[in-house]
Amino acid sequence: MIPEIGQFALALALGTALVQSVLPMLGAARGNALWMRSARSSSITQLVFIGIAFAALMHAFVVSDFTVANVVENSHSLKPMLYKIAGTWGSHEGSLLLWVLILAAFGAGVALFGSNIPDALKARTLSVQAWISTGFLSFLLLTSNPFERVFPPPFDGNDLNPLLQDVGLAMHPPLLYFGYVGFSIVFSFAVAALIEGRIDAAWARWVRPWTLAAWMSLTAGIALGSWWAYYELGWGGWWFWDPVENVSFMPWLLGTALLHSAIVTEKRDAFKSWTILLAILTFSLSLLGTFIVRSGLLTSVHAFAVDPERGLYILGLLGVSIGGSLTLYAWRAPAMDGGGLFTPVSREAGLLINNLLLATATGTVLFGTLYPLFMEALSGDKVSVGSPFFNATFIPMMLPLVVMMGIGPFLSWKRADLKGVFQRLRFVAVLAGLAGLATWYVARGGPVLAYLSVAIAVWLLIASLREWFVRIRLLDVPLLEAMRRARNLPRAAHGMTLAHAGLAIAMLGFIGSSAWKSEEIVFVQPGSVIKIAGFDARFDGVERVRGPNYIADRGALTISREGEFVTTLYPERRSYPVAQSTTTESAIRSTLAGDLYASLAEPSSETAADQGAWTLRILYEPLVNLIWIGAAMLFLGGGLSLSDRRLRVGAPRRASRSEPVATPAE
Amino acid sequence: MKRAVAALPILIALVFGAFFLWGLNPDRDPNAIPSVLITQSAPDFDLPAIEGVDVPGLSRRDLTGSAEPVLVNVFASWCVPCRAEHAVLTRMVERDGVRLFGINYKDKPEDARAWLENLGNPYERIGSDLNGRAGIEWGISGVPETFIVAGDGTVLYRYVGPVVGAEAEEKFATALAQARTWKGGNP
Repeated sequence: MIPEIGQFALALALGTALVQSVLPMLGAARGNALWMRSARSSSITQLVFIGIAFAALMHAFVVSDFTVANVVENSHSLKPMLYKIAGTWGSHEGSLLLWVLILAAFGAGVALFGSNIPDALKARTLSVQAWISTGFLSFLLLTSNPFERVFPPPFDGNDLNPLLQDVGLAMHPPLLYFGYVGFSIVFSFAVAALIEGRIDAAWARWVRPWTLAAWMSLTAGIALGSWWAYYELGWGGWWFWDPVENVSFMPWLLGTALLHSAIVTEKRDAFKSWTILLAILTFSLSLLGTFIVRSGLLTSVHAFAVDPERGLYILGLLGVSIGGSLTLYAWRAPAMDGGGLFTPVSREAGLLINNLLLATATGTVLFGTLYPLFMEALSGDKVSVGSPFFNATFIPMMLPLVVMMGIGPFLSWKRADLKGVFQRLRFVAVLAGLAGLATWYVARGGPVLAYLSVAIAVWLLIASLREWFVRIRLLDVPLLEAMRRARNLPRAAHGMTLAHAGLAIAMLGFIGSSAWKSEEIVFVQPGSVIKIAGFDARFDGVERVRGPNYIADRGALTISREGEFVTTLYPERRSYPVAQSTTTESAIRSTLAGDLYASLAEPSSETAADQGAWTLRILYEPLVNLIWIGAAMLFLGGGLSLSDRRLRVGAPRRASRSEPVATPAE
Repeated sequence: MKRAVAALPILIALVFGAFFLWGLNPDRDPNAIPSVLITQSAPDFDLPAIEGVDVPGLSRRDLTGSAEPVLVNVFASWCVPCRAEHAVLTRMVERDGVRLFGINYKDKPEDARAWLENLGNPYERIGSDLNGRAGIEWGISGVPETFIVAGDGTVLYRYVGPVVGAEAEEKFATALAQARTWKGGNP
């Protein structure tokens, strides 16, 4: 019964979305206020219906209702409750349902909290949002019904892929989707603005909180995913340039560009058509990600079960949404530009460079990700593009970007005093250079690029802090006065400092763990001692232990340093009899200085396992935790900026075009 | 000029779309990786027999010399799909008279022995690859995998995964028929 309610609710949501696609848009065109306001109730109704459907599916998972095909395929009665719940979005159908739920949530969010947005723009935006949900709801109902029944019901389920049974991963899809799909509302705002043919500073201000919220979730989602890969997959890496990782990274890169270009649109009324284009492309890349993950277009470690028919349907949706919006752009954008003028040395110019670098980097990742497909189509050759390509192209673009990030905040709008900026940064440059040299002194033998990168990361860190000090005039005025200034500073300013510093910290983590990583893969027998990065690891053998739905071989490693006991690590290899697969559970000793990481690979052979011989992989990854600390700072920085008074109170009513928009004190 | 620039994104998107449409062709398998061994000579290896099994071990010499192509199947008793594939292989040997050789990959001799006693032994020779060395030489990515090797020792075809199910068996049979008519050059 409950699954049928879910399905019925989905059908009702589709009906609501259809009405919402048409009525508010017509209302905005004819100036009918009633029709325009219908968007508010229909957005909320849609959310409620999809919420009911989602709750119905979750209920089926929680009570292990094995008459529902989706539950059979992705759950098992013995699975811990958390993973039963997470199973709701573990499959193609369930995750798509989550997708439309978040889509509807953003629509309803604008309907509820966007009271400062003019009626016409809001009505059009919500109609566009309903176009997207119509597309995806019909996709869900026509090709991927999550509530399909099986008869006769089996006694138990097939279990969720054990690799996915992990707390980090249970939370990863919702956060990632929140980010991905969150950009939908920005897209809808952009399309609505194109239809209206007007975009101004106020528009940028209305869009900004939604962009920030989506960007924050995407940041958290990507960081969580890479953390999961790091400790669950047992490869000791945190980023593999896998196509599915890349498709989540591209919207992040472009979304970051969008965040910055929207600032220029908001403060200086410039970059308008560029901001619109970024809004469209960011969501287009999210859609592309959904398409690639679900169509089997590229080979990847984590794709959903593949069905070409589904792929064709999503490609159709992509064609309509991306093709339609870009055609609209080609038609309307040329009439739109203009706005504030600026000199080559100004904050606008700095942000322009930032945008160009981010967009080029996105293009590079896109090209590298799709290159195997292009090659196969054109010449029939199978190639794979891996880290060497991305490292060689992406890093050289990011380093100048980071250098610019240090300078940018010091530049003033319109025209900046380059000499003054250099005077302020001279000291920072010296410190950064010293940091590079100090690294070379402490840890020789790394690549030259690594020392340069350390210097650049330190440059960004100190420059960001220095800029903050300058703003609150720390060291110039008495401490109390500086604290008062800090309190009065807009939260967005604190947010920027925190986020920029976070990137610097994360970058130190990237560099440390890739340039100075040590790795040993060895055959061990009880009593073997492995030396790595100053540690001695003694292998004490393997014992068999039982978990709730798995059996594990647990190894024990006694770690000591210069004869002193440090810790004992217990890496495991779990086998899940129901799902018929095995996972590695790495054991990690985490410190700020670095992680000692052990994982048990397969026994060197079946006979060897009897004699206690195993393949063991030990890694030392210096500074790796800084990556996630930095990511957390990026997230919090975004949050601070989101809580800025300017965004909470909302923009003034749409200013007339000639009137310059008040710029908050910097 | 401005119009042309504004139209650029949609033009690029259309080109991408065309590639995607091509990529959705259901016959295309992005995971299929052609083996580098194809058209190359089979790797050199020499494996002992499984203790207690009455067929001899396997080395590269044993693959050559016959006029017909032979099959080399990599299997293990711990591999569940191998069990399903076993029936298909047995049928090929008994019905079609194919010569089948086995590489028993990282398997305990007693388990392999019990498995063969239980299911029957269609293999003419089986090499016991305890440490997986021969598996590396052959470049296998998992178990089972089946190779078609010509009489002169040239590897003609590689099938990854179990040859089970109508589609897979037909694909394999086609490859085998082609291998029978092979006279050198690219298969």
